[in-house]
Order: sequence, then C-alpha cells, then structure tokens
Amino acid sequence: MSEYLFLIPLLPLIGFLINGLLLGRLPRPVITIIACGSVALSLILSVMLFVELKSLPVDSRVIEQTLLPWISSGDFSVNIGFLLDPLSAVMILVVTGVGFLIHVYSVGYMAHDPGYGRFFAYLNLFTFAMLTLVLADNYLLMFVGWEGVGLCSYLLIGFWYHKKSASDAGKKAFIVNRIGDFGFLIGLFIIFWNVGSLEFDVVMKQAPLVFAAGGALITTACLMLFLGATGKSAQIPLYVWLPDAMEGPTPVSALIHAATMVTAGVYMIARSSSLFVLAPDALMVIAIIGACTALFAATIGLAQNDIKRVLAYSTVSQLGYMFLACGVAAFSAGIFHLMTHAFFKALLFLGAGSVIHAMSDEQDMRNMGGLKKHLPITFMTMFVATLAISGIPGFSGFFSKDEILWKAFSSDHGHVIFWVIGVATAGLTAFYMFRLIYLTFYGNERMSDEAKHHLHESPKSMTVPLMVLAVLSLVGGLVGMPHIFGVTNYFEEWLGPVMAGAHEPVSHALASGGGDASMEWLLMGLSVALVAVCIFLAYYFYRKNLKATTSLAEKLSGLRTLLVNKYYVDEVYGALVVRPTVYFSVFLWKIIDVIVIDGCINGMARLGGDISDTLRHSQSGRLRNYATIFAAGVVVLVAYFVFG
Amino acid sequence: MIDYVSALSIDFGLIVPEITVLVTSFVVMMLACSKKVSSWSSTVTLVGYVLALWFTTRQWGHQGSGFADMVTCDNFGIVFKAIFIVASIIVVFLGHRYLRVKGLHRGEYYALMLVSTLGMMVMANSSDLIVLFLGLEIMSVPLYVMAGMYRRSLESNEAGIKYFFMGAFSTAFLLLGIAFIFGASGTTNLRSIVTDFSYIANSFPVYLYAGVALILIGFGFKVGTVPFHTWVPDVYQGAPTPVTAFFSVAPKAAGFAALLRVFVYGFSEVTILSDVFWVLAVLTMTVGNLLALRQDNVKRMLAYSSISHAGYILVALVVGGADAVAAAIFYLVAYTMFNLGGFGVVTLLETRSGCKSEFNELRGLSKTNPYLTATLALFMFALSGFPPTVGFIGKFYIFSAAMQSGFVWLTVIGVMNSFVSVYYYLRVIKTSFFDEAEGTPVPAVLSPTIIIALVITAVGTLGLGLFPQQLLQLSQAAIFGMP
Repeated sequence: MSEYLFLIPLLPLIGFLINGLLLGRLPRPVITIIACGSVALSLILSVMLFVELKSLPVDSRVIEQTLLPWISSGDFSVNIGFLLDPLSAVMILVVTGVGFLIHVYSVGYMAHDPGYGRFFAYLNLFTFAMLTLVLADNYLLMFVGWEGVGLCSYLLIGFWYHKKSASDAGKKAFIVNRIGDFGFLIGLFIIFWNVGSLEFDVVMKQAPLVFAAGGALITTACLMLFLGATGKSAQIPLYVWLPDAMEGPTPVSALIHAATMVTAGVYMIARSSSLFVLAPDALMVIAIIGACTALFAATIGLAQNDIKRVLAYSTVSQLGYMFLACGVAAFSAGIFHLMTHAFFKALLFLGAGSVIHAMSDEQDMRNMGGLKKHLPITFMTMFVATLAISGIPGFSGFFSKDEILWKAFSSDHGHVIFWVIGVATAGLTAFYMFRLIYLTFYGNERMSDEAKHHLHESPKSMTVPLMVLAVLSLVGGLVGMPHIFGVTNYFEEWLGPVMAGAHEPVSHALASGGGDASMEWLLMGLSVALVAVCIFLAYYFYRKNLKATTSLAEKLSGLRTLLVNKYYVDEVYGALVVRPTVYFSVFLWKIIDVIVIDGCINGMARLGGDISDTLRHSQSGRLRNYATIFAAGVVVLVAYFVFG
Repeated sequence: MIDYVSALSIDFGLIVPEITVLVTSFVVMMLACSKKVSSWSSTVTLVGYVLALWFTTRQWGHQGSGFADMVTCDNFGIVFKAIFIVASIIVVFLGHRYLRVKGLHRGEYYALMLVSTLGMMVMANSSDLIVLFLGLEIMSVPLYVMAGMYRRSLESNEAGIKYFFMGAFSTAFLLLGIAFIFGASGTTNLRSIVTDFSYIANSFPVYLYAGVALILIGFGFKVGTVPFHTWVPDVYQGAPTPVTAFFSVAPKAAGFAALLRVFVYGFSEVTILSDVFWVLAVLTMTVGNLLALRQDNVKRMLAYSSISHAGYILVALVVGGADAVAAAIFYLVAYTMFNLGGFGVVTLLETRSGCKSEFNELRGLSKTNPYLTATLALFMFALSGFPPTVGFIGKFYIFSAAMQSGFVWLTVIGVMNSFVSVYYYLRVIKTSFFDEAEGTPVPAVLSPTIIIALVITAVGTLGLGLFPQQLLQLSQAAIFGMP
C-alpha cells in the first residue's frame, strides 16, 4: 500500500492537467467526473493509508517514500519525497475529505458559471499543492506546496477577474503573503546554514544538538518561520488579506480560506515543534500574537454585516486559537482544533454560500431574515455548526476549544491571561455567531420581493455535503475528549509520537492529580457559562428586543464606527506601508531608472555606436590600407617578441 | 610514446581519410568535364565526405606517426578532421539550391571544396611546420578561387582578388617565420623543437622569437585575428554565401587546429605568448563586436561576428593546458553548428530574387516564413550565447577555464563583449519579427537540401546545449598524441 503514497498528491495534479490543458473543450459532466473523481480517489487512498499507518506499532508509525533526487549541488541535496506520519495523516484526511465535499458542493454552486472548467482545474491544482505541503518530507518541498497554495489562492480569489475588487483582493493576498514567505525563507536559510539539511527527520534530530536552547539563533529562526505562518494563516500583523479574500467564490472561501490553506501555518509550526520548544521566547510571541488575534478579530466580527466577512473574521479569530495552542506548546491541541474547525467552518461557509445562492448573490445580512422556513436544511446544518463553534458541550468545537483553554492555563508555557483572553473570545464568538443566525434565519423577511420570489433550497449536490459536515461537526470532537471525562484522548495519543521530540506533556492532565482536575472542571464550567450568557445576549439584542440594539449602537457609536471600519488597520497600513512604497517606487522609476540607469545605458550604447562608426573608417575597402594595418601589426608583434 | 622506427615508416593507414577526399576531388573534377554527369558532382562529393568521415572515426584512439615523422595521427587531429568534414557536408546541403539559382552549380565548386578540405586535414594531421605550411596552402588556394567564383558579380571578383593578395602577403610572413625557426633549431619538427627548446632559446633567441611571432601572424591571419582581420568583411560579403559559410567555419577551425598545436604544444615554453594572446583575444573580440554594431548588411554583420567569436576562442590559447584545449574544441563544434545555421538561413533568403542580405529584407519575415524565422532566432540566440543553446555552454566552458586559471579581467572583458554582441544579434530577431515590411514581402522557398542543413544545425544547436556531456567528454579526450 505504502508505495502508492505519491498518488495522493499526484491524482489531483493529473486532474488539473487534464482539465487545465483542455480548458473548456470538455463537456461539463466529464470535467466534474475528472475533478471530483481524482480527489475522491485521493481520499480513498488516504483512508487506506491511514488504516495501514494505524496498524503499525506506535513507535514506528512512519511511511516514507522518496520519489527522486531533486536538487543535488555540492553539500546541498534535496529529494522529492513524501512522509506519512500521524500528523500528516490527519492533515491529508482533512484536506482530501473536506476537499472532496467542497468539490461536490461546487458542482451545484458553480453550475451556471461560464468558467466551470477553469474553476475545477484551479481547485484540483490547489488540492495537489496542499497535499504536497502536508506530505513533503523536507522544508523545501513543503515550501513548494506552500507557494503553490498561495498561487491557487490568488487565482481563485481573483476567479471573477473582471471584477476589480476581486482582482485587487487577489493581489493583496499575494503581496501580503510574500512578506510572510520572506520570513519563512530566512528561517529555512538559518536552519540549513546550521543543520546542513532541510529534511524534517534530520532537522528535528539535529536541532537540539546544533542550537543552544533559548539562544538567539534558534529564536530568530523560529520567529522567521512564524512570520511565514502569520502571512499564510492570517495572524496579526498580516491578517488583512483574509477578509478581502471573500471576493472569491464561496466554495473557495470554505476550502482555502477556512478549512485548509490558512491552517498551513499551524501545521508548519506543529511539524517544527522540536525547533519551537527550543525557543521559549518565540513560543511566547506566538501565544501572545495568537491570543491577541483571536480577541481582536472577534471584536471586528461583532460589527460586520456581510455574512462572509463575519465568517472571515471568525476564521482569523479561530486561527488565533490554534496559534495560542502552539504558543503554549500544546501542538496537538492546535492540530485538534484545526481539524474540528475545518469541519464546522467549512460547513458555515458552505451554508453561507447556500444562503447567498438562494438570495440571488446578496451577502448583506441586513437584507436577509426569516430564511429558516425557506432553507430548512441549510438552517439546520448551519445551526449545528454554530453550536460547534460556540463551544456548546458535546459538539466538536467544545472539546478542541476547551483543550486549548485548559492548556493555555495549565501548560508550562501558559498563563492565566491567555485563558482570560481565550474565554472572552469564546464569548464574543458565541455572540456574533448567534447574531448571524438570528439576522439571517429569523425575524422579518427584509429582502426585496424579487429576491423573495427566487428563494429556494439548494440542490442535493450542495445540501448533501452540508449534512455530512454537520455530522462531522457534531461528532468530530469525540476523538479528543478531555481526560477528566474519564476517557482516553485518542487524538492526543495518536499525535503523541510526532510531538515526542517537543516533550509535550502528553499525560499532563492525568499525572497532575485531583486538584488540577477540579480546576479543569471549574474553568470549563466558567467558559460554558459565559458562552451561554453571550448567546442569551445575542438572543436579546437580535431577536427579542431589536430596539435595544439600535439604542445601544447609538450609545456606543464611537466604538461601533471603529469596529465597522475594522480598527482602520487597512488605512494605517495604507498610510505607513503602501503609500511610502509607492512613492519610493515612483522615485526609483522616474529618477533612478529613467534618468540614471537608462541614461547610462543609452550613453553606453551611443558610445559603442560612435566607436563603431569611427572604426568603420579603418575598413575602407582599399587593399593598400589593409596591407598597411597588417604590416603595422607585424612590426609591433615581432618587435615585442624579439625585444620584449 | 611514439615508436621512432615506425615514425619513419610509410604507413598509408594514417592518411586514409585524406586519400579518400583527394580521390573524390579527382573524380568530381572529371565528372565536371562532361555536362551530362556534372550534376552528379554534389552526390559524389557527399559520398566521398561520408566515407572520409567514416575512416576518420575509425582512427579514433589509434595514435601513430609516419612518413619520416611528417604525419602525426592523434585524437586532437581526428576531432578536427571530423569537424572539417561535418562542416563541409552541411555546406554542401546548404549551398545546393543557391548555386543552382545563381548558375554556379558546377563540378569545379565541389572539387575545389574537396581540395581545400584536404588541405585542412593535412594541417590537422601534422606536427611538422613544413607540412602545416603545405596544408595551409592546399587549403587556401582553392579558397581564393571559390571566393571569386561568381564571375558576374563585381563583389565576388573583388573578394577573390583581396583574399588572394592578403593571403599571399600573410603566407610570406609564415614562411619567413618557419625559415627563422629552422635557422635557429635546424628542424621543422615540433617534437624536436619541444625536446631541444631550452638549447634553442639560449642559442638563438632572436631568430626563435621572431619566428614564433611570424608564425603566429600567418595562422592568426587565417582565423581573422585583429589586426590581421581586414580582409574578412570584404571577402565574406563579396563571396557567394555558401562559400562564406564555408570560410567562416572550416578554414577557421583549421587555423585554430594549427594555432593550438603549434602554440599550446610546440611553443608552450615561450612565456610571453600568454600575454600576446591576451592582447590579441581582447582586441579581436572587442573590435569585431564594435564593428558589427552598425552594419546594415547581415552577411557583413556575420563576418564581424565571426571575428569576435575567434576572439573568444583565443581565450583558450591565453589559458593553455588541456582544459582550455577541450573548451576550444567544444566551442568550435558549437560554433560550426550555429554559425552554419545562421548562414544557412541567410543563404536561403538570398535565393529570393534581388536580395543582398540587407537588414531591411528581413522585415516581415515572420509573417511569410514563421518556422524559418523561429529557426533564425534560435541561431541568433546561440550566437549571442543564451541558454539553453550550445552557444551558452561553449562560452561557459571557455570562460570558466579562464577563471580557473585566474584570468579574471579577461573573463570580464569577454562577458562584456558577449553582452555587447547581443545588440546586433537581437536586431536580426527584432527586424524579422517586429518590423513591418514595405510592400508585400516575398516568401522564401525552402528546398529539401536546405531543410536538411537547417535541421542538422538546429538540432545540433539545441541538442548539444541541452546534453553537452558527450561532446565535452569527446573534447577532453581529444588530446595531443605527442609525448
């Protein structure tokens, strides 16, 4: 079985090549079969390999496959090789599983789009790049996937390229990501410079020997890797591209900008956990950035009216949770939340897509309302996802979020402030999600008559993926229940061998006796209570007493304006970074390039031409002149030889 | 080691390829007497060349010496003989239709070409100065005639006369140089000179060094070294284009074969040679490139371009040593491919009536002959040294050999020169792709023979650029067969 590992990324690539090269020449059913079929095959293979991996003894759960040597230059050699271990197994299941559902969903969602073939080609290419990213056995191949998903993200955000806002958003995503990639590359250079290899295997084993724990070098390397992660995973300060990325088709938002690509940063840090535990300072930075992003984005989410933007800020906020987990060295908790988040956030986006589809492309929640009876399946599934993301006990989000909160409090790297911020964010999350539900599905129908006329539940191809994801959102958390429930945390145990190098306190909660357990119960109870209060507040303001909302908004109009305008971060970046860059570029162009460089080049060219014209006179065509030049040469040469 | 007893013996096995070419030339000359069979001459010539090439390749690895040590058969000479023959074969294909169109398709042309090739092979096959001189003359005399073959064209006549006069002028110096060396050493055999070098240098330094200088001038003239290059543009432009193509490659390669053997092997202990070649290389590439910049005629531009390429190869003579010789051989093979390709396209375009290879005539070519223009562009990229063509690899080996021996400034000047050359090569591409023709452009008509020539050269240019390893190994194995 393991020899087929390479097929998992390869199949979507083949799908991309077929659909991409025969762009638009194939009938739509064929495009559909190739696109969805290739991902379905990858999914089946992933499941089979997962089963095989699981059958291996715990300590040797690694399947490696080296395809071919890629670069070999002096001491530097890199292979194209894949690595399947418990961590990448989780990732490929999420990527191919959620990816396949979203492919199917897109068949219905994109049915009327003229760019159908192109869309699926890009989607396949993305799946290939993402699988390469998570399966790579070295940093360089991972970087190829990393850049590949960035490219696909750019292509798909700007999918409707005739819309200026869409192509602008694509560019913004690309440019902001480049800043992060720069950091990633610097990190890789530092690692390679000191370790002499980019293979995960070698790097993780050598790192503790090569780097002084807590030293400046490893801290810089880790912070640079983290800078890469902030770009890809939309953390402060590079989160600004993600809300704009909502210009892309909604399945793209669900797949790339919620479930998979944006979590690449979390995956990368978890993959490098052995490095990060050597740099406690870097871990603290990650935890602080993660916590701040979580809270910050959640507050912006409170005041957004575009249904997709609410979800976008929610994604940024949830990614913050994952980084908080990584920052307190609870890497498997981060990956656990990554997985559950992939389920419920993909579901939320797809549900939003279903709403937008039904509403004839309306995205403003102020023009919705009362959709519950028109879109019963969409409502039910989205409601499940909302319960999950809010952390209602029993749903998947509850387990993963609770684990992060507990680790934020109890881990060696944790602090009570992290817990406070985390819980506050959980409350805000519950509030804005229920606000979304009430504004969209309850209350008066505020849409125009024409839109109301068109209201319809989405086709089966869209609702079935919703239902599957709803089930996953419901039960997906059961694999990682906390120890205080008296059960095994299968998820943590599964990832244990990968994180072993990180010295993660796997059995921390178990070992830490009764006092801690009662503390854990207490904290859990507090966060659930806060969530309940926030849900009630949302109910009060957006269902029960809408007037109170208006008067509250008036009272807090300053804060409200600040939130609606997203803290003016885009404007600040514009003034501090973008405009100075543009001015500097204009200076370089008009002065340095046009006058200095072009001037020099043109001057050189003119000089060359003039010399050429002068020399041409020597070529008079007269034999006697030729002979004279010849004879002069003879005299000089012979003289030099004889007397020199 | 060469066995001295056998070195004195008469061993015709050493000169089978030469004999083949000679016999073929006689046959072709006889065919030319009768109008009925004279059209066979090109076919017979090809057969002769292919046979000679076959015999040449059979000699690979069998080193030997004979005819009173006048003939030295070694891998170095064998590679060069193969270069001459392959170049000649391509030229036969390339000129066939042109000669018919211009009314020049006569047996004499092929006979002259064969005799000239014979001269080159004699040059490559010898380590005796007198035999080298003999080969040079056998090569040159037919070339004078070939340059002036197009009797109805004034330029062609002028080319023949100029080449003859300048050639005779330079030969005088070469012969004088050989006489000086003989005077100083009592021998014309390079092996003996190498053996007794310190004695000769101590006894008769003036004669020795003057002789070396004069021999350098004689061969430098043939490869178009500045300041002995003045004949090149006029002769290249005036001669019939297939003849120019032949000039630009085969005699130049023969000249370099002689230069490499005499100076890298024979006079390797003359220390100032490196400095002299340094100056000559820089002068040759710079003057060639600068003069090519403002030409309006493609043939004349290619003439100057061939001067500058000679400059790049001279870098190998500055460096000396086995690696540099291998780099020079590699470059000559590469140059044979893309330069003949470039001339092939020019030849083809000249078969259109009233065309004189002016730059203007290239306008709108990509509209009428898109594939031909793409091929032309490939050759121009190779000439300017772009990857992935063999032009890049060739320059890379030459310059990396120079860098390894510490000739940093020479490399810098060489790279700068190759940078300047991009201007005039790309001008060809720009004119043929982007400039609109005045009036309706006349499409060029392709013939099967020219297609064969262009396919060989294009495949060589691109294929050797992508897979240079085999040729590089071959060049490295092409060592002097002398102790």
